[in-house]
Amino acid sequence: MAFTIATTVDEALERLADGARPVAGGTDLVVGARQGKVPLPHDLVAIDRVDELLTIGQDDHGARIGAGVTHDRLLSNPLIVGDYTALADGAALIGSPATRHVGTIGGNVMNGSPAMDTGAPLVVLGARIELRSATTTRLVDPLELWTGPGTTSARTDELCTACLLPALPARTGSAYVRLEFRRAMEIAVVGAAALVRLDESGSVLDLHIALTAVAPTIMAVEGTEVLMGRTVDDNLTDQVAALASEQASPISDLRAGDRYRRHTVGVMARRAVQAAAQRAQGTMIDVPVNRAIGIGAAR
Amino acid sequence: MTQPSPTNLSNRLGYELEVNGVRYPITADAGRSLLSVIRNEVGLTGTKEGCDDCECGACMVLVDGRPVNSCSFLAAQCQGRSVTTVEGLAGDDRLHPLQQVLLDAGGVQCGFCTPGMLISTHALLTVNPDPNEEDVRIGLSGNLCRCTGYTNIVAAVLQATGTRESNAGAEPEA
Repeated sequence: MAFTIATTVDEALERLADGARPVAGGTDLVVGARQGKVPLPHDLVAIDRVDELLTIGQDDHGARIGAGVTHDRLLSNPLIVGDYTALADGAALIGSPATRHVGTIGGNVMNGSPAMDTGAPLVVLGARIELRSATTTRLVDPLELWTGPGTTSARTDELCTACLLPALPARTGSAYVRLEFRRAMEIAVVGAAALVRLDESGSVLDLHIALTAVAPTIMAVEGTEVLMGRTVDDNLTDQVAALASEQASPISDLRAGDRYRRHTVGVMARRAVQAAAQRAQGTMIDVPVNRAIGIGAAR
Repeated sequence: MTQPSPTNLSNRLGYELEVNGVRYPITADAGRSLLSVIRNEVGLTGTKEGCDDCECGACMVLVDGRPVNSCSFLAAQCQGRSVTTVEGLAGDDRLHPLQQVLLDAGGVQCGFCTPGMLISTHALLTVNPDPNEEDVRIGLSGNLCRCTGYTNIVAAVLQATGTRESNAGAEPEA
């Protein structure tokens, strides 16, 4: 077994071109190998010391989150919490403090789990995923990147180097809500992210919803155009819940049955839209919104 | 040290691992977990193997001050970094104040989770010296205990921070 530690992206890409697989926090790769799911690759390149992958930057076009940024940094970074709050909500729910300290956004994206907690936030925020190889760089829509449970359209010589988020207009808010049975070390039963943009009178100018763990990949809810120009009231959120539940195609497994998932994903979508709308109006709701609205509350 | 057989010669890496301030020369397979190397190569057995599946936190150590489940972290990734285990918390022949308060509060029963609890507590208090109960429960949420029901552990941590406040000027945390 070969193992190298890369300190630049180019070095890492060269190793990938030679057949190595990347490892950062190891919270999927190494844990998966220990559980016997997939053996550890014979050739590994550690990318957790590549400085270029560790930055969160901002310019007029938006934010650039290096693929090696850990969940712990996402949930406490002022730019992410302030402008891209749904992503902070999601990062705050992942695993435990140890998982969040070493697990990365790039790892979460490329692991391609339909239950990933950063996925639905990235979709509603309009993210593009940057994939680089030794000879190519491309930006992909995350919904085109994820092709099934644990599979992506990335080539094996490509490394996820960043997640790019567009600058968001004023009066835009976002939120990610997850159904929880426990408060830590839990894989999403179902979840929903929402982005809501309001005009000065409080009418909806833009509304996006994406769902977690109810399809082979993270999925976007379609047909939200009919909600434009309306105010975020019970009628609107009833319609949101119905759209989400109708479009979900959940399975039954040890965490929940398909009918329960189909119902509860609608509830999560409704709450995500409510929270996103409140944030769009300037109401502060602490990250993660799950705690603020009482999901998974201990007491 | 035994010579690796020719068949696995290419599998083995030689590197230095710093644990509790001491540098150990390690020769081990690249896929070896940090937990396995700490227990079997370094020889420090305070760090426990619970689930070996990144769920229970009994194997928690600090890597550059951050809590890590050592069962599922590659030892080779810790080259040039500083690893702290439960043995690194206590001084010679005396308990770390957190260990003492955990004992006094009845936060130790079988003791298997205790090293991991101590490491996670240490990590929490480093970034948040004055946590409330919610902060403590989140900070320890990656550590399972099947004996205590957590109540006395959480109480001990809160008591430890209270003690520290009332002992201004006391010895700083290791």
